[in-house]
Amino acid sequence: MIRYIYGRDLGTHPRLRDGMFRDRAAQFVRRLGWDLPLTPDGREIDAYDGLDPLYVIWETPGGDHGGSMRLLPTLGPTMVNDYFTHLTDGVRIESPLIWECTRFCLSETADPRVAAALMLAGGEVLEHFGVAHFVGVFDARMVRIYRRIGASPEVLGSAGRGRAAISVGLWSFETEARARVATRAGIAPETSRRWFDAAFGTPPRRTETAHVSRQANRNSQLPREITAAVSVPVA
Amino acid sequence: MNYVSSITPIGKMLTGLESADSHATLQAVSEDLRTDLDVSHVVYHWVSGSGDQYGCGTYDPAWVERYMEKGYLRIDPVVLGCFQSFHPVDWKQLDWTSRAARAFLADAVAHGVGNQGFSVPIRGPNGQFALFTINHFCDDEVWARFTGDRRRDLILLANAFNQKALELQPGRRPQEAAALSPREVEALTLLALGHNRAQVADTLSISEHTLRVYIESARHKLGAINTTHAVARALQRGAIVL
Repeated sequence: MIRYIYGRDLGTHPRLRDGMFRDRAAQFVRRLGWDLPLTPDGREIDAYDGLDPLYVIWETPGGDHGGSMRLLPTLGPTMVNDYFTHLTDGVRIESPLIWECTRFCLSETADPRVAAALMLAGGEVLEHFGVAHFVGVFDARMVRIYRRIGASPEVLGSAGRGRAAISVGLWSFETEARARVATRAGIAPETSRRWFDAAFGTPPRRTETAHVSRQANRNSQLPREITAAVSVPVA
Repeated sequence: MNYVSSITPIGKMLTGLESADSHATLQAVSEDLRTDLDVSHVVYHWVSGSGDQYGCGTYDPAWVERYMEKGYLRIDPVVLGCFQSFHPVDWKQLDWTSRAARAFLADAVAHGVGNQGFSVPIRGPNGQFALFTINHFCDDEVWARFTGDRRRDLILLANAFNQKALELQPGRRPQEAAALSPREVEALTLLALGHNRAQVADTLSISEHTLRVYIESARHKLGAINTTHAVARALQRGAIVL
């Protein structure tokens, strides 16, 4: 399942926390060869982890870290503004409606659907927290993964070539993209919503949603879970 | 690009906030905002890294006094649930199950605090933390509709309040106008010259998505409500010259 955990609460999930920092070391340092410092016990932790970010984590049925990403508001320090403005034409991307998404990481044994599940969770954040876009830095080798899950970012700028290319990208989930990602993840939007509510509580929702959803189902050839996603009101 | 819906009175509010030069004006803006949004209350509250507090809003002073006297800060689920976070919160999402929380809510409602609320927490510089809240008496359906339609407006208002409160902090040096990058200046200049988005993106050799983000960044730095307002403010500040 998807967990949403602020940095300050990671201590209550030691297994997920340690798995995440170890899997980040495995992915970014060992597999992608990024020059990042590791702690003596082999975990990849940087300064932004100290800023109490919001982590989105895939917890495997066995209770282990399966993949994760890290969210921070762009009004505070962000990697994109601190290190990568040469990829954004010198523009500091700052807005209460744009969050930074970094350290998109998958464990080596992760089910291929985990990446899509994380993106689906990102869509929940965009919809329910009034966020318009995620901005983030990514490696050329992630391009294929993003494409496969149906969540390719808009590239704002790139440096380097081929496998060494690094880009700043922008995600803004339109509804149809979310439906596509939900299908790739094999997770019903209702389930995704339930995990989100488990973390943040259930707000009052418009009852008309269910009505629209029924109508959409009647008029559409699409599988039920997809039409349900389409009918979710986008804030 | 209009993240802010044009039918809302929010533009007027942001403009009022922008010219606020004292806490009294900030208070007046919160009162106007209550009227324009047609809600029970608007409240802004901040705590600095060193523990100083400031607040303004429309609560009955008797409630504010009672809140302090009873030490409600320690049991208020809104404060406990939002502190140090950066995602907006509907009050129904919070944990009101404890006996103390339920008693607090009953007392609050008796003092005119709405049964519905929406709070936007903000992490400011140097450990500053602020909370901007709208609350109201209505059923869930009406409230879900209101917060669904206005979520982004409320987030922008919360940030505008906080920016202004930071500016009004005693001893703070007058803030230099947030510098626009050359790319943001180019984009706004071309828009000011009447080019449409597609033309501007084409001229700058960037995608319309990228342009959108650059304009959104510039909008925020200029404290503007939308693209048109951002262009006007940039001209007024001399940030762009035609």
